[in-house]
Amino acid sequence: MGQGFAESGADLELVGIRKRFPGFTAIEDLNLSIPAGSFFALLGPSGCGKTTTLRLVAGLEEVTEGRILIGGKDVTATKPYQRPVNTVFQSYALFPHMSVLENVAFGLRRRRIADATGKAHEALRLVELDHLAARKPAQLSGGQQQRVALARAIVNRPALLLLDEPLGALDLKLRRQMQLELKAVQEEVGLTFLHVTHDQEEAMTMADTVAVMNKGRIEQLGAPSVLYELPRTVFVANFLGQSNLLSGPVIGTTADSISVDVEGTRIVVPRSRAHRHRGNVTVGVRPEKLVLGFGPPEESAASNILGPGRVIDVSFSGVSTQYLVAIAGVGTIVVFAQNIGTGPVASVGVEVWVSWRVEHGFGLEDEDAPAPKFPSDTDTATIAVQKKRALMSEFGDS
Amino acid sequence: MAFTAFSTGTATEQGPRKSSRIALLLLLPGVLYLMLFFLVPLVSLVITSLQAPLELGDIGQYQAAFRWENYATVIGQYGEQILRSFLYALLATIFALLFSYPLAYFIGVKARPWPLLQNLMLVLVIAPFFISFLLRTLAWKQILSDESPIVTGLKALSLLAPDAYITGTPIAVVFGLTYNFIPFMTLPLYAALERLDTRYLEAGSDLYAKPFTTFRTVTLALSMPGIVSGVLLTFIPAAGDYVNASRQFLGGSGTAMMGNVIESNFLVSLNYPAAASLSIILMAAILVLVTAYVRRSGTEDLL
Ligand SMILES: Nc1ncnc2c1ncn2[C@@H]1O[C@H](COP(=O)(O)OP(=O)(O)O)[C@@H](O)[C@H]1O
Ligand SMILES: [Mg+2]
Repeated sequence: MGQGFAESGADLELVGIRKRFPGFTAIEDLNLSIPAGSFFALLGPSGCGKTTTLRLVAGLEEVTEGRILIGGKDVTATKPYQRPVNTVFQSYALFPHMSVLENVAFGLRRRRIADATGKAHEALRLVELDHLAARKPAQLSGGQQQRVALARAIVNRPALLLLDEPLGALDLKLRRQMQLELKAVQEEVGLTFLHVTHDQEEAMTMADTVAVMNKGRIEQLGAPSVLYELPRTVFVANFLGQSNLLSGPVIGTTADSISVDVEGTRIVVPRSRAHRHRGNVTVGVRPEKLVLGFGPPEESAASNILGPGRVIDVSFSGVSTQYLVAIAGVGTIVVFAQNIGTGPVASVGVEVWVSWRVEHGFGLEDEDAPAPKFPSDTDTATIAVQKKRALMSEFGDS
Repeated sequence: MAFTAFSTGTATEQGPRKSSRIALLLLLPGVLYLMLFFLVPLVSLVITSLQAPLELGDIGQYQAAFRWENYATVIGQYGEQILRSFLYALLATIFALLFSYPLAYFIGVKARPWPLLQNLMLVLVIAPFFISFLLRTLAWKQILSDESPIVTGLKALSLLAPDAYITGTPIAVVFGLTYNFIPFMTLPLYAALERLDTRYLEAGSDLYAKPFTTFRTVTLALSMPGIVSGVLLTFIPAAGDYVNASRQFLGGSGTAMMGNVIESNFLVSLNYPAAASLSIILMAAILVLVTAYVRRSGTEDLL
């Protein structure tokens, strides 16, 4: 049991963790190592087992199999109150019968740390809520409650702080602000943060390392930029930002590249950026790496070309414009074009070509093709476009 | 830091304070009810308590008067029974609380994954109500009587002296009171604990509180409204109870409570003023004790 404040963060190691609920396996063979003092984000869709993982680390749930080590010490069999860990709960779980100050001082009092009240005020000042110290949690807004929950955990200076979607209740602007604050606090106090979120942007802006979780497993783990640049699976490629994915058999390999046949078009990907070099391979490229052209671009070894296709939708989002291009045999391709005032502006129905530099593509590890090989008019993008058309024509008629 | 950007000013608390004719109209039945069934008997009781014996009258004949001495007389005469009433009621309340809290906690918190078990146990708590209160108390008289297997068994095990008995003792009376009021304690406790959000307990445990500390600082505090209502529902009727302590039931010569004294004054010695002033004293004492208790336990909302 941690007596007093942790001098610094401790590392966390999960070894072969498995968690079964009656009739449901929530965590499947989870191995994870989080270095001391790092900001680690666990990213995944709702229901993938993020909260369960945190609860296992906090000791609120018992592992079915595996070991949990904090700072090198095996804590698998210890009770939550014996672990040098604090949690910011997804539901805050602020004690409703205590004032904000008593809530924050609770952990300090339990460990008989001197000047609990003073330290609690200090923590409240950190989250700029000291003026509300006498209030009851029910008298605070959702965002304020979240900050109290944060103060209540941070004030204990745990070696490891667990955050379960702590910014979920805030609106976008405040969330961005809090992300910066949280990151600043983490750097200031030097603790290890394990941050759970389903917001990929939040994970990428805050964390040193991001682990993408899916169905109780970690799909990929790495620095945000690496994950974005070189996703390993279809899930990661689509969950972390958007991707255009194409698949086909490998038809040629050279020392530094592989070529994939996508419905008769040859797509080249650098060997170093492909996770698999044989058989059916799914290759991808991020929408912002694509360039639209109104005529067939010049063939070159340095770029891949798809087309011709037709622009089926244009949506303007301020910084950039998103084009949906339907290419026969390939499917719908998403293109983001920066609105920099130059370059072509395509409109719906125009015939275009799409090209990208070879070094921007990546090859996935997954075996099966994610996207339909044949253009189907039932993929979500097309459905969205059809809906939009129908609506527009309806408005036009009336 | 930039938190001030989204901290709101002081929240203004505004309750619904609209008064309308409709509200008054809706209150009318309740007010009439109180007038008829509380205020009228109360006034009549106060008048009776101040009556004086009719000069040259028969036993049981009284006339309107202002005899404050009635109160002093009964306090002097029945001080022992008055104190005993509150002592027995207090003991019964404590025992009922000690018995009911774990029971209510089990039904309301631990048995949550099994709703069927919860319902079954609640039925078991309520089931005694299906049988008359008097019959159940008489049954206990049988069970605790000198020839009962319990008493002979205890004697055989030398846990009870050979010439000892249970019925007619304070133990039997307090036991009877406890037994009879356990459902009144258990149900409000269950209602409070059933709503207890166990995530608070997890938060406590996450914040270094051992299970007992979490219980003391979180569970107990959050179930306080249930404890207060259970205590009131047990203590008030127990203090005025005259069945358990009566000689026909579990009591003996030395166990008379206020209820028994009031009963005998009313029905046997026909001393209505004494009975009435005892009733008023009982009521006033309960009111004072309950107010002090509710104030202390920090649940003024109940008053
Ligand atoms: N106590 C439980 N009993 C059964 N299933 C549970 C329990 N807790 C969580 N689960 C299941 O485990 C999965 C992962 O849940 P959770 O970790 O809360 O997901 P999230 O990633 O959204 O935080 C979900 O499918 C959920 O239904
Ligand atoms: Mg969750």
